[in-house]
Amino acid sequence: MNLSLLILIPLLTAIAILFCKGLKQVRVVALLGAVIQLFAAFFLLYAYSNERAAGNTSQMLFQDAYIWFKALKIDYHVGVDGISIAMILLTSFVVLAGILVSWRQERMSKEFFFLLILLSLGAYGFFISLDLFMLFFFLEIAVIPKFLLIGIWGSGKKEYSAMKLALMLMGGSALVFVGLLGLYFNSTFGGTTTFDLLQIAQMHIPVEVQKIFFPFIFIGFGIFGALFPFHTWVPDGHSSAPTAASMFLAGISMKLGGYGCLRVATYLMPEAAHYYSPVIIVLATIAIIYGAFATMMQKDLKYINAYSSVSHCGFVLLGIGMLTQTSINGAVMQMVSHGLMTALFFAAIGMIYDRTHTRMTVQLGGLLKIMPFISTVFVLAGLCSLGLPGLSGFVAEATVFMGSWQNADTLYRVATILSCASIVVTAVYILRAVGQAIMGPVNNTQYLSLPDAAWNEKIAATILVIGIVVIGIAPFLLSDLITPSTQTIIEHTFNNISFK
Amino acid sequence: MNYASYITWIPMLPMASFVLVGLFGRKYFKNLAGVIGTIVLLAITVLSFITVYQYFFVDGKVNDVYQSIIPEQYSWLQFSPNLSIDIGIVLDPISVMMLLIVSFVSLMVHVFSLSYMKGEERFSTYYAFLSLFTFSMLGLVVSTNIFQIYIFWELVGISSYLLIGFYYDRPSAVAASKKAFIVTRFADLGFLIGILILAFNAGTLDFHTLIERLTNTQSSQFISITTSSFLGISMLTWALILVFVGGAGKSAMFPLQVWLPDAMEGPTPVSALIHAATMVVAGVYLVARLFPLYSLDAIVLNIVSYVGAISALLAAIIACTQTDIKRVLAYSTISQIGYMMFALGVSRYGGEQGLGYMASMFHLFTHAFFKSLLFLCAGAIIHLVHSNEMKDMGGLKKLMPVTHVVFLIACLAIAGIPPFSGFFSKEEILTAAYNSNKFIYAMGVFTSMLTAFYMFRLYFRIFHNKDSHVEADHSEGSLSMKIPLVILAICTLASGFVPFGSFVTSDGISLTTHVDIVFSILPVTLSVAAILFAAKLYYMQNELPGRIASSLGTFYHAAYKKFYIDEVYLFITKKIIFNLVGKPAAWIDRHIVDGFMNLLASITAKISEMIKGLQTGKVQNYALYFFGGIVGLAVLFIYLWK
Repeated sequence: MNLSLLILIPLLTAIAILFCKGLKQVRVVALLGAVIQLFAAFFLLYAYSNERAAGNTSQMLFQDAYIWFKALKIDYHVGVDGISIAMILLTSFVVLAGILVSWRQERMSKEFFFLLILLSLGAYGFFISLDLFMLFFFLEIAVIPKFLLIGIWGSGKKEYSAMKLALMLMGGSALVFVGLLGLYFNSTFGGTTTFDLLQIAQMHIPVEVQKIFFPFIFIGFGIFGALFPFHTWVPDGHSSAPTAASMFLAGISMKLGGYGCLRVATYLMPEAAHYYSPVIIVLATIAIIYGAFATMMQKDLKYINAYSSVSHCGFVLLGIGMLTQTSINGAVMQMVSHGLMTALFFAAIGMIYDRTHTRMTVQLGGLLKIMPFISTVFVLAGLCSLGLPGLSGFVAEATVFMGSWQNADTLYRVATILSCASIVVTAVYILRAVGQAIMGPVNNTQYLSLPDAAWNEKIAATILVIGIVVIGIAPFLLSDLITPSTQTIIEHTFNNISFK
Repeated sequence: MNYASYITWIPMLPMASFVLVGLFGRKYFKNLAGVIGTIVLLAITVLSFITVYQYFFVDGKVNDVYQSIIPEQYSWLQFSPNLSIDIGIVLDPISVMMLLIVSFVSLMVHVFSLSYMKGEERFSTYYAFLSLFTFSMLGLVVSTNIFQIYIFWELVGISSYLLIGFYYDRPSAVAASKKAFIVTRFADLGFLIGILILAFNAGTLDFHTLIERLTNTQSSQFISITTSSFLGISMLTWALILVFVGGAGKSAMFPLQVWLPDAMEGPTPVSALIHAATMVVAGVYLVARLFPLYSLDAIVLNIVSYVGAISALLAAIIACTQTDIKRVLAYSTISQIGYMMFALGVSRYGGEQGLGYMASMFHLFTHAFFKSLLFLCAGAIIHLVHSNEMKDMGGLKKLMPVTHVVFLIACLAIAGIPPFSGFFSKEEILTAAYNSNKFIYAMGVFTSMLTAFYMFRLYFRIFHNKDSHVEADHSEGSLSMKIPLVILAICTLASGFVPFGSFVTSDGISLTTHVDIVFSILPVTLSVAAILFAAKLYYMQNELPGRIASSLGTFYHAAYKKFYIDEVYLFITKKIIFNLVGKPAAWIDRHIVDGFMNLLASITAKISEMIKGLQTGKVQNYALYFFGGIVGLAVLFIYLWK
């Protein structure tokens, strides 16, 4: 399969949107683009599984490379492995659901959908890039639309939030860029320096250089992935963003960070990853526990989900920092699971907010009686968040725990136990939110006449629920897809360590 | 017939019914939901009976030892090449026994609920949740893998949560469901870490391999888990204690019992199924499942027996003071599970030494019938009286003749009066305790006396005591309520005569037991005395109970307030966790971590504010700076040159 299609489809959709008139045309085009993209993603999965079944063992499949800027040896180089495919599938689910949720976005609809599609274009490009410069290019494409989406269509103190998010993510990108340049100038492949990810992986970057540039790249991507203490854009950004933007932000953008930490930082600089692993573990554990406790005190549904995202994304970084095959598997599964779950959560919160115009749990109450569908969706997302077996959150976290425990060192054990303890705190804040907003007596009788989900909202939620349930019931589908690829990464890491 | 041909249907049919009724029941066949659920349960009960017959009487036994058979197993999630979660079905004496109990009691509850829940707005949701619970509980008991049991453990937890919070518009039900889930979740944390230790050191999650490796003192796994230690206690002991914590949470053992009495907020048939007969005994089942490992470690066994005995005694004392009939039954459940737990604690593996194990399972078996019967009776009574409080009852004997008789049977059974079923299982437990630990035995006998007292206090206050003031708008209940009561009463009468030792023992070899009359004299006499005392106090309304209560003073009040354990928890969670951890975390995040980020931004803004004056856009100014610069540089150069 030609991977460039994954960039081409959103690009054409975005261009077509520019020529549309009115919400009705725009949304149909956007939906069509998203549906085609979903099919393309599934076809990619199918083609990939076929290739693997046929015994193709090369690390990246469907590679395609063109010279882009010869003087600096920047190439257009794409290729996928199991991890990227998992991420691409996640993105296409979230994009489709996000577009359906925004079905009635009357205000400046053309610009709104254009930016959403542009954001997804950045994400798709990011996940298939094998050239570091190109990867960075797409990372930036995924950042800019967020600023506009929040600044224009947001709510609350949206200017502040948009600025904060954009500045922090730009800061992250700047760090990443410094790190990438560091890698570039220290890479010598066939006599020249290179931005090519696979080529850099094959050579050995000197350990001293790794130790200098690893923090740049890891923290840079970490800011995207809510690394403590650089997570503060998450609560403000999410709470001000319109529903679809929140979904994209938490479901896709935060995954760019985790993916980057794994694919660029850990994979290309294995010794530094080992060297800094205790620091990563400590920061990730703080994020998990402290994020969970901070969530417990929130009263706004969006803040609850945003802080809980900090806690859950901590598991991604914890899994990466633990550097075992199982824990990295868990990290990737957690990325997919959290992406789907949090998108679902934000979708449900958005639907509630659209109707009641409040997100304060104490003002809501008894929603199950008024809007059973939305409430059920909300509860499902909550149960996934608290790690109920049968939904995706459980398998991901269980894998991270299992992988983390394989490190017998005391610090790692303490970190694992503390992270495990978060399952209790998670249960507390989820059940509090459910108890206050969904169950209980109806607080505001004006709400009694509010309608339940419309068809577009039902489809959007159902798509995400299917994703969560399928992974939860048949986790082997996901783990079989990603295991060979995580294995390559971890083996590469250990080969280098033993080589030293 | 091959097990594989039908065994998968047992858990899968309720699952199918959950999906069907849960997704479409509400809209399309609201009133049929109950019938669908009941038919499914009838089917799997029949299948369970077939399994019991085939396993115990046809091919379970090889060379006089009951085998464990695994008809189905799939690899569900591969962690690493030799560590995976397998989902499967194991048949051995305890799992087959549990299959029978779960499907049978669930069927009774399904039938009972047909009229109990009639007219309920969320009738189909109720049946969907019941199906979900039945699926989860069946999956739990047939687990082949310790992680599989954890998975279903959580699923029964959530079904329990959903059913306790079934009347979701009552704040008390919401609070109770939350409490039940969080307390058990806290205990599950121990379970999870215990699993992690076992998995890491034994290199497997599979029960069979796990037990095989860790009971073999020569194996490298055994050596690694016993030699590595933390705080001077070996990892094996830690793992077993932590797993037991999980079990104690689910089984509402002291000090994690706080959730169970509150769980009575759920519909009463649910209490009969989940909070009396099946889910709450999961902790006992878990210890029994891992019993070969527990029996290796005397320290852990002692913990198990003391936790069990203390729970039994404490709950019995509290039960004597409560006035809500469902709460009395809830405390009595805790007390009876305490019996099962300490029976396991005083047992050893194999042969005569394994009497406690067999007695524990026997009590689990008999208790399932009489306790679910008691709860269903309570349901029938509440259905008629519309209240849970004893003071609203009294003299119901005439109004509810059938309920009266079956309730009396269940009371005699739980009080341990021969020949009712509770007598047999309790005698075995007391014998096992007597042979191993006299102190535990004494606590057991005393608790048994208290049990007889509070059960008959309940009985007399409901059915005698005073003339009925209840203006019944309907009679005792329809057939679908009476039939389960009568069937369960028959089971209560009959289940004591099952030669249990020849079916379920710790090592699969049958154990012949006999009732020793001399031994039984003491507990039975005490129980009869307690019943007579209860009759004196409560048969007719009089002032004696009040006087005794006030003469006991503080102690009575403390027991009435459940020994203030709830208040302690409330203090820890509200004051310590929320105010000293949660609030500071949220505050630090907003004001320190984020404050630092904002500070960076405002410093940047300040600096740019300071230097932006230089950018005036006036060419004259720039020219001035330019010449100033040149002059400055020139001076510098000249100065340096010299």
